[in-house]
This record gives sequence, C-alpha cells and structure tokens, in this order.
Amino acid sequence: MEQTTATLKGIIHPYEHYGEGLTQPIVEVKGLNVFSKNAQILKNIHLSVPKNKITVLLGPSGCGKTTLLKCLNRLTDLYSDLRLDGSIFIDNEDILNTPRDITEIRQKMGLLLQRPFPLPMSIAGNITYGLKLKGIRNKKILEAKVEKHLRDVALWDEVKDRLSHSANSLSIGQQQRLCLARGLAVEPEIILADEPTSALDPISSKVIEEEFIKLKNDYTIILVTHILRQAKRLADYVVFMYYGEIVEHGDAEEIFNNPKTALLKHYLESGY
Amino acid sequence: MQLKRKLADKLSSGWMIFSLAFFLLLPLAIGVGLVLKSKGLLHEHSLLDLLFSGNWAPSQNKFGFWPFIISSLWVTILAIVIAAPVCLLSAIYLSQFAPRWALKLMRPVIDILAGIPSVIYGVWGILVMVPFVSSLGAILNKETTGFSILAAALVLAVMTIPYVLNMLLEVFRQIPVELQEASLSLGATRWETIKHIILRKGLSGIISAIGLGFSKALGETIAVLMVVGNVVQLPKNAFSSGYTLPSLIANNYGEMMSIPSYDAALMFGALLLFAIILAFNFLFRYIIYKSEAL
Ligand SMILES: Nc1ncnc2c1ncn2[C@@H]1O[C@H](COP(=O)(O)OP(=O)(O)OP(=O)(O)O)[C@@H](O)[C@H]1O
Ligand SMILES: [Mg+2]
Repeated sequence: MEQTTATLKGIIHPYEHYGEGLTQPIVEVKGLNVFSKNAQILKNIHLSVPKNKITVLLGPSGCGKTTLLKCLNRLTDLYSDLRLDGSIFIDNEDILNTPRDITEIRQKMGLLLQRPFPLPMSIAGNITYGLKLKGIRNKKILEAKVEKHLRDVALWDEVKDRLSHSANSLSIGQQQRLCLARGLAVEPEIILADEPTSALDPISSKVIEEEFIKLKNDYTIILVTHILRQAKRLADYVVFMYYGEIVEHGDAEEIFNNPKTALLKHYLESGY
Repeated sequence: MQLKRKLADKLSSGWMIFSLAFFLLLPLAIGVGLVLKSKGLLHEHSLLDLLFSGNWAPSQNKFGFWPFIISSLWVTILAIVIAAPVCLLSAIYLSQFAPRWALKLMRPVIDILAGIPSVIYGVWGILVMVPFVSSLGAILNKETTGFSILAAALVLAVMTIPYVLNMLLEVFRQIPVELQEASLSLGATRWETIKHIILRKGLSGIISAIGLGFSKALGETIAVLMVVGNVVQLPKNAFSSGYTLPSLIANNYGEMMSIPSYDAALMFGALLLFAIILAFNFLFRYIIYKSEAL
C-alpha cells in the first residue's frame, strides 16, 4: 500500500503500521501515556484505527482497554487524578491539545458502555438529548429522528406506544439498544463500545452484533470485548493489549490465525 | 445446631417485627397522647379560633395560636430558603469539581458543625447574628432590636446546612459516573450534564434532603428561642421579633400552671407542631413520589 502522509501543525506522521486493504485511519494515537497517581495505566500507545472497520481491543482484565477508549473522547477529563500525555488525532486534529471545544469533538463519537445507563428522562428524551444540545428544536425533526434511530436499532416496534415513558421501564437489552440509538442520533463518525453485550441476554447481544455489522458501512467502530468468539465474528482489525501496552495488532485474520507473541497465543488459547 | 439456628432465626425476626411495630406505633402514640392532653382546651374553644385567632392572653383564657404558627413557618421557610441553595451549590461543587482532598477535608468539618450543641449556635447567634441583623436593619431603615425572625432564620440556616449538605453529598455520590460519561459523550458540557442529568437523577433525593432539613429546622428550639425575640405578635417583616411554637412550649411548660387550661394549651401547641411537621412530611413525600414518576 502507498504511504500516505499528512501534515498537521508541522508534524509529519506516516501511516505505516496497518495492513493491506485497510483504509486511511480516522483515529491515530501517538505516544499516549496515561498516569494515575501511583501507576502508569497506558504506556506509549501507538495505534491507527482504520475507517469503516470494526477494530477490536483485546486483552486481560485491567490492561487498560476502557481507559484507552475513554481517552479517545477525553472522558478522562472527569477524573482529576489521571494525567495524559501524547497525542490522539481524530480527523487529523489532536484532541488532547486542541483549542477547540471538546463537546463538538465528543459528538463525533458515540459511546456504549458495559451496562446501559439510560438518561433520567423519557425514551424519546434519551434520543433527543444530544440533538437538543446541538441546537435542534424543531419538533417535527426531533420526532422523525426518534423514529429513525429507534428503527435503526430494532427498538421502534417495541416502544412506539410508550415513547414518553421513563427509559428505566425498558429491559436491560432494550436499554442498551436505546443507548446505542441515542449515540447514533448525534451522527457520530466513530462508535466506542466497551463490552457492550456483556450484560445482555443472547438475543439482545445478537441484535447489537448484527447492528454493528450494518453500522460499519457508515461508522468506524472500536469495540472492547472479552468474548473471543464475538471478536472473531466482528473484528476486521485487532489490537491486543497487556498491562497498559499494545503487544500486537493487525488484521483480524492474521492475528487469530497467526499470532506472533507468546502472550497473544496464550490469550487466544485460554481467553485470559 | 439446627434447632439453635432456627431459634435464632425466630428470635431475630420476632425482634425485627417488634421494633418495626414500635417505630410505626410511636408517632401514633405521641399523636394520641397529645390529643388526649389538649382535649380540655378543644372543649372550651373552637378549633378555628385556636388556629386562626391572634389573641393570646392565657390569664383571660384566650388562646390564639396564629402568631406562633406564622412565626414558626416564617423562621423555618426563610432558613430553608437561605440554606437550600448554599447546600445544593456546595454539594455540586464538592462532588463534581473540587479535588478529592477538599471533600475529604470537608467531611469531618461537616460532622463537627452538625455535632455542635444548639445552645452554642444560640450563643453565637446572640453574639454575631443579632448585632448583624440590627445593623442591617439600621442600614435598610427597618426598626429592629436584632432579635428577629431573620436572626433566627440565619442561625437555623447555619445549623441546617451541615445536616442537609451531608445528605446531598450522599445523594450525588450515588449517581453513577457512567451517567455523566454518557451525557458528556453526547456532547453536553459539564454544566449541562449537572443541570439535565445529575440534578434530574438526584431530584427525589434532593427534595427529601431538604424536606428532612425542613422538619429539623421547624422543631429546633433552643437556638431559635435565644434569638427570635419571643414576642407574641404577627411579624410584620423579617426584622420583627416573633415567637415560635417550640419556644412557646420550652419557655412556659411547667410554669404558670395556676392558669386553668394553660397546660392543655401548651399541649395543643405541641400537637400543632406535630401536625405541621406531619403535613409537611406528607407534602414532601408527595413531591418525591411525583418526581420519581417522571
Ligand atoms: N480513574 C482511575 N484512577 C486510578 N486508576 C485507574 C483509574 N481508572 C482505571 N485505573 C486503573 O487502570 C487500570 C486499567 O483499567 P481499565 O478499566 O482501563 O482496564 P480494562 O482493560 O478495561 O479492564 P476490564 O477488562 O476489567 O474492563 C486498572 O488497573 C485500573 O485500576
Ligand atoms: Mg473495561
């Protein structure tokens, strides 16, 4: 593949370490270190996330997958004891050192957590929350969006008669789909998903997985999962982490069929 | 062994039922006791007269509780109006923005403030708040001795703040940080997240914290008694003196028992206080219920 270069603020960074057939990266992490008060959580992370693909983060518990995900939309701001250095380029903009408003950048990313956390408002309110923050007030548009995005996650038929009910009245699986829908409603480019199916029943998990495969035409998905089989089903690109470091990364095929490091081999065999 | 465990099980559940029943019956028993004790007064006077008449002259057998009711409500509501925003803002600041050590430092401070006996707050009120209100009155051209509704409300507010703040901190601590993450990731600012998510999620907790603060403030006796002036009158404004129900009872119970019905009247005052607290409790319960249904 041809070597692409992009110039930003005078830094030239070649996109070198990703495989054949993968498109230009949309997220580019460079030399990211994250320190907590008495430990280093992420160590010198370099990572390119290809566009319109599903990138899966694998690794044993506590290796820093969630932290890496949170760095990508700077939710780490919430934790005053975390210190970050390095850079994260999203659409060629270093979000760790940008003068631009972080809220706009965050809307480029939809977030799906381990368990659903519906906002304390109605079902429809959950979808329109982000839209209203964007300044959309027109009722017709909002209603149309609610329907569109609930249909996108196969929730519309189940909830269309109770849109004004509290989102907490939904089942866990429905709540998680609602959380996906509300993230999609702000029209992000990237979906960050942190073990999105780990609290769900098999059926709801399947809906989410199918949704991801559909979504990847329009979105870039970064998925953390502990379920190896899920990773194999979904991944285009795999990043394997161990104790805060990226040990191995590459195309899914390559990683699963031909792991190079002993750590990854062991992980794929034993699952931890 | 098996028998022993069963016995322990029986005993403990019996004990639990007993304590539950005790706590359920206690307010009822107090209420009934107060009604019985004040029955004498209710025979002689109409309830409306007792509640809404401003004529208080025990020696002439005139018992109008209106000034006491109004003073009590004035002092309490004013205190809560002062304390609630302070508590809410500090709780938000401490739980959301302040560095962790600040919260760690505040906890013992709050506990100490909550543990200071009310008589000390009363003395502090006389030494600081009364002169403060007196000079404030001079600036605003209001006639006041300083011993006033406002002074009592300020002292009460200071006394209520640690109590309510403590509960609010707990309310905010219970709200999962993931909910904030969700809101931020949808493009909200910190402040929008606080406004739409944290306050909304904590609403019923906030209301009940303020409600409990209100009940506590309404029943507070000594500190208020020391600074409110204890003049039986309908307070014209916050700078007027007043006389609250708890002060009335504390000041007079056991004295002047030569006056017929006085004892019953004080009991009726206690009953009133009890009823007002109960009514506000139900009101707050109702609001909480409504806020949870949303
Ligand atoms: N705010 C924080 N302050 C201090 N340490 C933290 C903080 N957040 C995470 N850590 C630490 O960073 C390490 C990585 O945590 P992280 O949640 O990213 O792991 P993970 O890979 O997502 O694990 P899991 O698979 O169990 O979810 C852990 O050791 C954790 O204790
Ligand atoms: Mg995690």
